[in-house]
Amino acid sequence: MCAALSARERGVKVTVLECAPPEFRGGNSRHTRNMRCMHPASTELLTGAYPEEEYWCDLLRVTGGQTNEQLARLVIRAGPACAGWMQAHGVRFQPPLTSTLSLDRTNLFFLGGGKALLNTYYEAARECGIEVLFNAEVTALEISQDRFESGTVMVNGAPVDFYAKALVVAAGGFESNLEWLRKVWGAAAENFLIRGTPYNKGKLLRILLDAGAEPVGDPTQCHAVAIDGRAPKFDGGIVTRLDCVPLGIAVNREAQRFYDEGEDLWPKRYAIWGRLVAEQPGQIAFSIIDSKVLGHFMPSLFPPLEGDSISKLAGALGLTAEALERTVGEFNQSVVPGNFDHQTLDNCRTERLTPPKSHWAQRIDAPPFFGYPLRPGITFTYLGVAVNEAAAVRMKSGRYCPNLFAAGEIMAGNILGKGYLAGLGMMIGTAFGRIAGKEAALAAH
Amino acid sequence: MRHTDPAMEASRILAVCNACRYCEGYCAVFPAMEHRLHFKQADVYYLANLCHNCAECYYACQFAPPHEFAVNVPKVLAEARLRSYQQYAWPRLLRKPFQKGMRSTIAAVVLLLLAALPFARRNGGGMFYAVVPHQAMVAIFGFASLLVLVIVLAGLGRFWRESGEAGGDSWNPAALARTVRSIATLEYLGSGGRGCTYPNERHSQARRWFHQLAAYGFLLCFASTSIAAFYHYGLGRLAPYRYFSLPVVLGTFGGIGLLIGPAGLYALKRRRDSAIADPKQDGLDLMFLFLLFWNGLTGLLLLGLRESRLMGPLLMIHLAAVLALFLTLPCGKFVHGVYRSAALLRYAIEQCRSRQTHSSSKG
Repeated sequence: MCAALSARERGVKVTVLECAPPEFRGGNSRHTRNMRCMHPASTELLTGAYPEEEYWCDLLRVTGGQTNEQLARLVIRAGPACAGWMQAHGVRFQPPLTSTLSLDRTNLFFLGGGKALLNTYYEAARECGIEVLFNAEVTALEISQDRFESGTVMVNGAPVDFYAKALVVAAGGFESNLEWLRKVWGAAAENFLIRGTPYNKGKLLRILLDAGAEPVGDPTQCHAVAIDGRAPKFDGGIVTRLDCVPLGIAVNREAQRFYDEGEDLWPKRYAIWGRLVAEQPGQIAFSIIDSKVLGHFMPSLFPPLEGDSISKLAGALGLTAEALERTVGEFNQSVVPGNFDHQTLDNCRTERLTPPKSHWAQRIDAPPFFGYPLRPGITFTYLGVAVNEAAAVRMKSGRYCPNLFAAGEIMAGNILGKGYLAGLGMMIGTAFGRIAGKEAALAAH
Repeated sequence: MRHTDPAMEASRILAVCNACRYCEGYCAVFPAMEHRLHFKQADVYYLANLCHNCAECYYACQFAPPHEFAVNVPKVLAEARLRSYQQYAWPRLLRKPFQKGMRSTIAAVVLLLLAALPFARRNGGGMFYAVVPHQAMVAIFGFASLLVLVIVLAGLGRFWRESGEAGGDSWNPAALARTVRSIATLEYLGSGGRGCTYPNERHSQARRWFHQLAAYGFLLCFASTSIAAFYHYGLGRLAPYRYFSLPVVLGTFGGIGLLIGPAGLYALKRRRDSAIADPKQDGLDLMFLFLLFWNGLTGLLLLGLRESRLMGPLLMIHLAAVLALFLTLPCGKFVHGVYRSAALLRYAIEQCRSRQTHSSSKG
């Protein structure tokens, strides 16, 4: 939508082809809530400065260097201008949400979240005369001699050819294409849950790659977090997250612990737990807590399963009672006394336990006991198409398509080859959306 | 997953909201919700009366239907609100009209009109008390007001007790001031200056302005009557008063508000998004709007024609209208104002308290 609005502002005719129905328009932006934005000084909504260098260092750290500095700095520097542009289109920001204190300096929160943001953009699009087709899935693109010529889109179930002087592709990754996921991860993919839209099937990514676009990003990697195992297969969004893992122990279906639950603060660790759970047999794990820690984490969508004793809880979770009792017993014996504080790296830890629990280790001894099933929840995939600073798609020939541009998740792999920074996806999407829209308009003139 | 009982369904939906919280910047409902982990019926009824049905959270919700979570906060809270009116109504007999709002109100209006008309004598020259003796008016309306006051306060008391938390209601002037401001400005139909998403997804101030006209119109008429009573008893000046006297001016502006406000609200209501509405309340809404409008209309007609021979019948019609409005206050849409004001006060108290705990834990 940023691309459509930016192109329209330069006077060209714009049509948006959205493969989802109106209610689910806008891909995974619907599930977002903020945008990581650099700023030289504190503002009304952001506490303290977040300079370009710090942003870049954060990005360098999470990606382990798998990034393109030129494009990354382009995105980072675009922040303040993007925020202003958004506000000019009616987007409203709000103070950081409660329980997101770690982001109050770096991220601008959209009032009402991502769907409200999309509603605002669609309203702006309506006002400036952008045509939008819903349920319009692009099934083919004609690209010859590194130039976009035409395409085919399904309209009311029938294929229709479309022609345009320029095309911006902003169609997301392939995380909701179960077949593709199976190809990459094998049978384990059956047990993955997809946190976002069911419409990111990677159709256009596939079409572009098949047409000779240069791939970027690791095709075997995805961003995955541990979410409530009872979440729906698709679209469970933010509410299926579970923040209780560091407050208790996590066991696999053999009732064995497998990783240090208290390694670091949860905002810094939640994103590795998707992979950790995916590596367990049956791709399932269980977070076990006792009643002491209730109220110390964000409320869950589904109530926990509970039992008056560890063996009863094991029964409720479908685990072997003896095995869980043994694991909890060993854990309890190795807990050393400390001062519990779930908001800092406290001194509650275990001794002589493998794997250890480095922080927030308290005996699990206050009934009733609670358990949450955990499954890997996929947020997005890293594979995309390579672009330059004008958002033009690079072909394997090394040349850039003069009239084919990419924005959003489909090109985010250029900047984010690994890991994640909260709110970076929306910053890339907004910055490159605007660039792609502007360049497409120039190409069409 | 869905429940048929509004309180249960609301508690299911609020569990989704409480795990999401994207909407907490919109209105009082969401911060109030975050004070709670579980939602008992009384909590749901409290949140339901905090909700102004502006629908902004519905349009912003990534889990709104057709999503399988089917989150629709304004609708489920509207349904719960109607249940809460029944729940807190006292005596229990008054629960009935909330289920069949339209019929009982129409009956009240028609009966009062029929009962009143035979007394109407043709009498011009603005001599009201020649038509109905002053003592009779005072007796009838004094009794009706007292009755209404007792019933409304009883309902209010029940709401306040049930929605309360352990720890007492340590209300203070700041909370009270905050509440008065929220009510007087209709803060939660404002959405930070843009107006609410009613009757459709686009922001508009229309509902807020029409509601203000209706509410302040009602208050101006009330003020007009009170000042007239003061003139009568305090200054010994008898009605009718001159056109530019305070009671007549206030009453005129109030009457105009009562014509435009309810008519506008009705027009908006007809165009509203059915996704967020509880059709079971249409009868209540409609009758309250009609009675306000009817009071405004008959009052202004009476004023305009008080020198003519129609004054007698018009006076009787207007008095019947006022009495019908008064008597249906405790069992009609009027109670929304009572419970919502109380809910806003409770919210202001909770916010003050949580700020105090916050600063004391910091310091």
